[in-house]
Amino acid sequence: MDINYTAVLPEIILSLFGILIMILIPFTPKARQSALGFVALFGMVLALICVTAQCGATGLVFFGMIFQDYFGQFCKILFLFASAAIVLVSINYLEREKLPYGEFFSLLLFATVGMLLMATSADLIMTFLGLEVLSISTYVLAGFKEGEMKSTESALKYFLLGAFSSGFLLYGIAFVYGAAGSTKYLKIAQVIEASENYPLTLFLGLGLMVVGFGFKASLAPFHVWTPDVYEGAPVPITAHLAVGSKAAAFVALVRVLYQVLPELSQHWQAILWVSAVLTMAIGNIAALAQTNIKRMLAYSSIAHAGYLLVGLTAHNRLGTQSILFYLVAYALMTLGAFAVVQVIGREGEKYIGIDDYSDLGYRYPFLSIALSVFLISLAGIPATGGFMGKLFLFAAAMQSEMYWLVVIAVIASAIGIYYYLRVIVFMYMGESKDEGTPIIVPTPVRIVIAIMVVGTFYLGIFPGTFLHLASKAVSF
Amino acid sequence: MLETEVLLTALLLILAAGASMVAFVPSRKIHLLRGTALFFTTLTFLCSLLLVSHFDSEIDTMQFVQDISWFDVGGLHVRYHVGIDGISLFLVILTTFLVPVAVLASWSIEEKVKSYMFFMLLLEVGMIGVFISLDLILFYVFWEVMLVPMYFLIGVWGGERRIYAAVKFFIYTMAGSLLMLAAIISLYFFNEAQNFDLVEITQKLSSGEIVLSPLAERLLFLAFFLAFAVKVPLFPFHTWLPDAHVEAPTAGSVLLAGILLKMGIYGLLRFCLPMFPAVSVQLAPAISLLAIIGIIYGALVAMVQPDIKKLVAYSSISHLGFVVLGIFAFNFQSIEGATYQMLNHGVSTGALFLLVGMIYDRRHTHLIEDFGGLAHVMPCYAAFFMVIALSSIGLPGLNGFVGEFLILQGTFLENAGRAAFAASGIVLSAVYMLWMYQRVFMGTLQNEKNLALPDLNWREILILVPIVILALWMGLYSSTFLRKMDTSVQKVVDRIEHVREPQIYRVEYSGH
Repeated sequence: MDINYTAVLPEIILSLFGILIMILIPFTPKARQSALGFVALFGMVLALICVTAQCGATGLVFFGMIFQDYFGQFCKILFLFASAAIVLVSINYLEREKLPYGEFFSLLLFATVGMLLMATSADLIMTFLGLEVLSISTYVLAGFKEGEMKSTESALKYFLLGAFSSGFLLYGIAFVYGAAGSTKYLKIAQVIEASENYPLTLFLGLGLMVVGFGFKASLAPFHVWTPDVYEGAPVPITAHLAVGSKAAAFVALVRVLYQVLPELSQHWQAILWVSAVLTMAIGNIAALAQTNIKRMLAYSSIAHAGYLLVGLTAHNRLGTQSILFYLVAYALMTLGAFAVVQVIGREGEKYIGIDDYSDLGYRYPFLSIALSVFLISLAGIPATGGFMGKLFLFAAAMQSEMYWLVVIAVIASAIGIYYYLRVIVFMYMGESKDEGTPIIVPTPVRIVIAIMVVGTFYLGIFPGTFLHLASKAVSF
Repeated sequence: MLETEVLLTALLLILAAGASMVAFVPSRKIHLLRGTALFFTTLTFLCSLLLVSHFDSEIDTMQFVQDISWFDVGGLHVRYHVGIDGISLFLVILTTFLVPVAVLASWSIEEKVKSYMFFMLLLEVGMIGVFISLDLILFYVFWEVMLVPMYFLIGVWGGERRIYAAVKFFIYTMAGSLLMLAAIISLYFFNEAQNFDLVEITQKLSSGEIVLSPLAERLLFLAFFLAFAVKVPLFPFHTWLPDAHVEAPTAGSVLLAGILLKMGIYGLLRFCLPMFPAVSVQLAPAISLLAIIGIIYGALVAMVQPDIKKLVAYSSISHLGFVVLGIFAFNFQSIEGATYQMLNHGVSTGALFLLVGMIYDRRHTHLIEDFGGLAHVMPCYAAFFMVIALSSIGLPGLNGFVGEFLILQGTFLENAGRAAFAASGIVLSAVYMLWMYQRVFMGTLQNEKNLALPDLNWREILILVPIVILALWMGLYSSTFLRKMDTSVQKVVDRIEHVREPQIYRVEYSGH
C-alpha cells in the first residue's frame, strides 16, 4: 500500500492546472483571458489521457484511500467529458455575460477533482473530502453572476442547505465509524459481514449518509433546493449541477451502498424504493407546471434521478451497468439541452421562458432540431439513448422482481412526456412572437451540441458498445 | 435468384434513403421534394409487391425472415428479427400502397414541405417496422418511433385545434404502450433463454415451457391489451381519435385511419391471442361487449355529426368495433373476416378521408350544412364518393361486404346475440353514410360559394382510380387475398382452440 502518485495523476494534473490558471490571471491581458478556457480544456484532456492510460489497472492506492478499478475509470472519463463540454459551452457564455474567466475555470477544475475523488474513493473520509471539494467550488460558481439577485439567492440557498447536508453525511460517517471501527470501505464491509447483529448506530449512519448523498443527487424528499438553485445559477453551472455534480453523488452512493453496506441491502432497498417513487412523482408532476425552461429541466433532472434510483434499488449486476449506461445517456442529453438553452437565452439570460421558444423551429433549425432530439430522448422515446437507458433500468428492476416499482416508473415517464413535448409544441407549432435579439451560436457550442446529438442517437441505435463497457466496469 | 430474406429490410432502407435525400434537398425546391418523396414511396410499393409474388401461402411460419443480433450484453439479448406471415403481409402492402397515395394527396401542402415529406417517410418506416418486427423490443421501438412523425404531422400541418389533438394523441398512445413495455420486460424474464423473440416466446408459452401464474398471465394480457385497445381504439379508449382525425391534415387522417388503427388490431392478433389464449377466452365476453358498444355508439354519434370529417372518424370507431368483435369470436371465419376487414377499412376509410380532403382544399370547410347539391357541379367527385361510401357501408360487390359478412357469420356461430346487435351497426352505417351523402350531394345548389367549384383534376383522379379498382377487386375476387391469409389465421385459431373446453361449439371451416 504505497502512495503511487501515478494513480492519482489525473487529480494532480487538474489541481495543478487550477492553480496555474489562478497564477495566469494577472499576467493575461483582459482581452485574451478567454484563452484560459483552453488552458483548462488542455488540463482536462491531459487528465483524460492519464485515465485512459490507466484503464485496466486495479487495486487500492494512495494509502488505501483510493480504488483503481474499471468502475472508477468509466466514471472518471464520463466526468471529464462532461466538464470539458461545460468549459466549451462556458467560454462564450462568460464573454457574453462579461464575467471573469480565470476564477470560473479554475473553480470548475477543482470541482472536477472533487468529482473524480468521489468516483474512486475507498474511504469514507476521502468521499467526504471529494464531496466538499466539489461542493465548495460549486457554491461559488452558482453565485458567479455577481450583483444579480437570483444568482446570489441560488448560491446562498445551495450553500446553506448544502452545508447542512454535508453535516448529515459527516454525522453518518461518524456513526458508521463507531459501529465498524474503520472508515475504509472494505474494512467496514468485512466487519459487517462478520457480525451477527448490527448495532443501531450502523442504521443511523446508513440513514444519515443516504440523506447527505440524496441532497447532492436531489432525491426526494431532499430535492427542494434544486429548482431555485438551478434557475439562478449561470446556465453552464446549472448543467454542471445537473450532470457532473449529480452523477458524482450518485456514483459515490452506489459505491457506499454496494461496496460498504451490501449486507444491509434489504433495509436500504426499502428506503430507496420509497425515495424513488417520490422522486419520480414529484419531479415529473412539478415539471408539468413550469414556465421557465431552467426550472423545467431542474424538475426533469429530479425525475431522472428517480429513474436512476430504480436501477440502484434493484441491486443487481444489470442494475449497476444500467446506471452507468444511463448516466452516459443522461449526460449527453442534458448537457446538450442546456447548451441549447444557453445560446437561446442570449445576453443576460432574458429568454428562458418556455414561451420564448415560440416559432424558433423554422428560424433556427439547427438549435430546434437538436433540442427536440434531446427532449425526445429525455422523454424516453425509442431510437435515442434515453429510451435504451430506461429500458435497461426497468429491466434491472424487473429482474429483482420489483414489478410495482417498474409500473410506477412507467407511469411517471408517461407523465413526463407531456412537458417535454410542450417545448417542442412551442418551437414548431407556436404562434410567431417578437423575434428579439438574433441568436448567435458560437462554434464551440455548435460542436458540443452536434456531438451530443450524434451521441444520443448512437446510444439509442447501437447501445451495445457502451453497454459492453459498462458491464466491464461493474467489478463489484 | 432474388435473396428474398433481405426484401423487408430493403423496404426500410429505401425509405431511409428517401428520407435522407429529402433532408438534403433545399427546402425551397418544393416540387423536387414532393417528387423525391413520391418516387421513394412508389418504389417501396413496387418492391413490396415482390413480397406477394414470393409469398408461400402453404407455410404457417414466418417468411422473408432476417435475424441478426442487435446487441447482446450483460444478459440482455435483443435481435433485429423481421419476418411476415399471412396476417402481416397485406398490412405491409396496405401501408406501402397508402403512403404514396397520401403523398400524392399532399400536393396542397405548400408550407414546410421539406419537413412534411421527411416525416411522411419516417412514418412509413415506423409503420412497416411495426408489422414486420418479430422481436419484442424492436417492435416496441418502431411502435413508439412512429408516434413522433405523426405527432408533428398533426401538430404542425393540422387544423385549428391541432396542438391539443397532437398532444392528446401522443399522450394517450404513449400511456397505453408504456405498460406494454413493462409487460415486454417481464416476459423477458419469464423466458428462460432470456431473449425478446416473439416467435420463440409464443411457441414456448403454447408448449408450456414458460408457465405463467394465472395472475401474471392476466396482468400481462391487460398490459398488452390496453396498449392495443387505445390504438384501435376500442370504446371507452377512443376519445383521442375524433380529435386527431379531424385536426390532422388529409394525409395524416388517411394514414391514421388506414394504418395506425390497424396496428392495434394487429397487436391483438399477434400478441394477445397467441400468447395469452386462456385469458383471451375468459375476457372475450367483456371485450365483445365493448366492441358492440363501440359499433353502435360510433354509428349513432356519426349520425349526428355536422362535420363530414368527424362523421368519418366516428364511423371508424364503429367499423373497428366489428373487427375486434370478429377477433374475439375465435373461429376461422370471424378472424379471417376481421383480418380482411382491416384491409377494407384501410381502403374505404382512407379513401373517404382523401375525398373529404379534396373538398376541403376547395372550400376550406367540412361542415355538411355548407354543401348541398354538389353532384351538379362536381359529378365526377360525386360518383367516386358514392362508390366509396357504398364500400364503407358494405354493399355486396364491394370490399366492405366480404369482411363484414365473414365477421358476422363467425360471430353468429359463436354467439348469436352478439351478431344480432352488431348487425344493427350495418344498418346504422347505411343511415349515416347515405344521409350525409344526400345532404351533401343531392338537392339543389343553395350555397353560392359552391357554384363554381371545379371538379376533380387529373391528380385527384389518379389518386382515386387505383383505390376504386382495389375496392372492386377486393369485393369481387376476395380469394386473391384470403387464400394467402388462411394458414396464418388457422394457426391463431388452433392456438385458441387448444385452450378452450372441448364442449364448446366448434366449427369446421368448409371453404368458400
